[in-house]
Amino acid sequence: MTPTTLFDKIWQRHEVADGLIYIDLHLVHEVTSPQAFDGLRLANRKVRRPDRTLATADHNVPTDDTPVARMIRDELSRKQVEKLEANCREFGVPLYSLGSDRRGIVHVIGPELGVTQPGMTIVCGDSHTSTHGAFGALAFGIGTSEVEHVLATQTLVQKRPKTMRINYTGQLPEGVGAKDMILATIGRLGTGGMTGHVVEYAGEAVRALSMEGRMTMCNMTIEGGGRAGMIAPDETTFAYVEGKPGAPTGADWDAAVASWSELRTDEGATFDEEVEIDASSLSPMITWGTTPGMVTEVASVVPDPDSVDGPVEPETAKRALSYMALEPGIPMTEIALDRVFIGSCTNSRIEDLRAAADFVSGRKVADSVRAMVVPGSEQVRKQAEEEGLDRVFRDAGFEWRASGCSMCLGMNPDILIEGERCASTSNRNFEGRQGKGGRTHLVSPQMAAAAAVEGHFVDIRGWKERS
Amino acid sequence: MDPVEVVEGDVSVLDRADVDTDQIIPKQFLKRIERTGFGEFLFYDWIRDGEIELEPNPILVAGANFGSGSSREHAVWAIADFGFKAVIAPSFSDIFYANSTKNGLLAVIVPPEHCRGIAAAGRARIDLDDQTVDYEGGVVRFEIEEDVKHRLLGGHDEISITLQDAEAIDAYEAAHPMLGRPTTAI
Ligand code: SF4
Repeated sequence: MTPTTLFDKIWQRHEVADGLIYIDLHLVHEVTSPQAFDGLRLANRKVRRPDRTLATADHNVPTDDTPVARMIRDELSRKQVEKLEANCREFGVPLYSLGSDRRGIVHVIGPELGVTQPGMTIVCGDSHTSTHGAFGALAFGIGTSEVEHVLATQTLVQKRPKTMRINYTGQLPEGVGAKDMILATIGRLGTGGMTGHVVEYAGEAVRALSMEGRMTMCNMTIEGGGRAGMIAPDETTFAYVEGKPGAPTGADWDAAVASWSELRTDEGATFDEEVEIDASSLSPMITWGTTPGMVTEVASVVPDPDSVDGPVEPETAKRALSYMALEPGIPMTEIALDRVFIGSCTNSRIEDLRAAADFVSGRKVADSVRAMVVPGSEQVRKQAEEEGLDRVFRDAGFEWRASGCSMCLGMNPDILIEGERCASTSNRNFEGRQGKGGRTHLVSPQMAAAAAVEGHFVDIRGWKERS
Repeated sequence: MDPVEVVEGDVSVLDRADVDTDQIIPKQFLKRIERTGFGEFLFYDWIRDGEIELEPNPILVAGANFGSGSSREHAVWAIADFGFKAVIAPSFSDIFYANSTKNGLLAVIVPPEHCRGIAAAGRARIDLDDQTVDYEGGVVRFEIEEDVKHRLLGGHDEISITLQDAEAIDAYEAAHPMLGRPTTAI
């Protein structure tokens, strides 16, 4: 038998016809679905498999505990969430909307409900669907026309993407995590470096990551231009899925684990591209520009646009620095902050919150900083509150909010004011992403937490002992 | 979707790389639940701040990695609604490219030197069937998948095409029962 990749195994298993793949799980949210449901209505079509579809409201829900959709103050947001509720009712799609304790960011609730499982094909009208690849699933974002296609047919027209493997050798140093791994990778390959590829993350440093860490890496594959990121499932994966509401049980569980255990790249299988990265040489990372590829090490300085490491054009770098109001040569740790945001589908899971809380425990947020934690889901929030993490954050001066996308994209009232500078655990530092004129630096939860305390970036290696 | 065969006319130029969908259509306009009316919000911040000027010509030429970022199809709707029939760039993000093909907006990939040539010429003619872009100073061939080209030329609806395979989907489902609980029963 010819050796095949993890991707090939899943792809082959899902081919319904040439160029047509079956979709096991379709996640739906309020922003990219209304036009798709309208399309179904116009053509008099049904949702083929409501039992393989799951909807939630996340992108523009307020994080102030608004209990029901009709009480959302912003009129357009309210209409969009109400439309989602009406559509789900009409088409029989299960929905966790405002008031449900299972509501949350779509890429957080899929895994925590156990509906995200190894070997699946998973799509959602959201680019960060790549997150679910952490389970050894083939998961990617689609547009609204494709959402309609999947609702109607449970399949998707797709050409076979190219494959890439990034192998991380060695072990991560202290203070360096999954967020730094993926930021460093995008910095090296560029924001278009993975375009057209499904990327498998492999190697010792990846195997050592928790599911949360793996999700962080796969999540940001899209920022590298990749179609999907994936990590072969193992004991860590199975332990995470087991017992979740959507997971198989009894004999089905055993059968599932047996088949999931075969989901890995065979020795000798070939990829269109292979990259090797020495994990032991990585540092905590901070973005300095307006794409996630404009990134550098914490101990470094704001780069000179003419000599940026990695594939960034001098003109683009200049523009970015002017938007970010940064001068070349300034140490990254001297950049002062107005805001800190811990949240988003990249870093808002329980482990992220624990890690951040560990850094703020017993300390205070700097006077100059407004800091905020937005858990990824209502379940994460509940768990964190049971563990007392909300108290740790609140005592330090953080705001503790209800779950949602929040300031990751600022569709709800959580936004940056023009000129404000923010350390954010999210995934996009585009111009205006967190609010018009806002300046975003992407970092890990620990880096964000320490920066909140100091009022500027700090090298977290050894920081807790020092301060 | 209307059939597309030839797009010809003046060219608008956006000489920037990595133009992301947050710029193409900022999030405050994603709350609309219709497919139409997004054109007036295209590049809202950049245009309002006087950073760029754009004529609603048939063709837009832009830098590499156009349409990166979020999967919002609103970006394609806004570009088409503004009046563009085609975007030419050295490369596109995967999702933006796919979204374009579902809406009859031609996304044409040509090397950077030709993008510059087309921008300088100020006018171009894109022939989908021939897979060529003609402009004063050159002609360049572009690649497009056969299926996609066929669908665009015919203006076909992809769902109807797929539903012709309904039996294959039924057969697939019968052969692959799902493990785990249905989302409707958790
Ligand atoms: S948290 Fe941010 S990136 Fe993630 S789904 Fe929400 S808006 Fe998109």
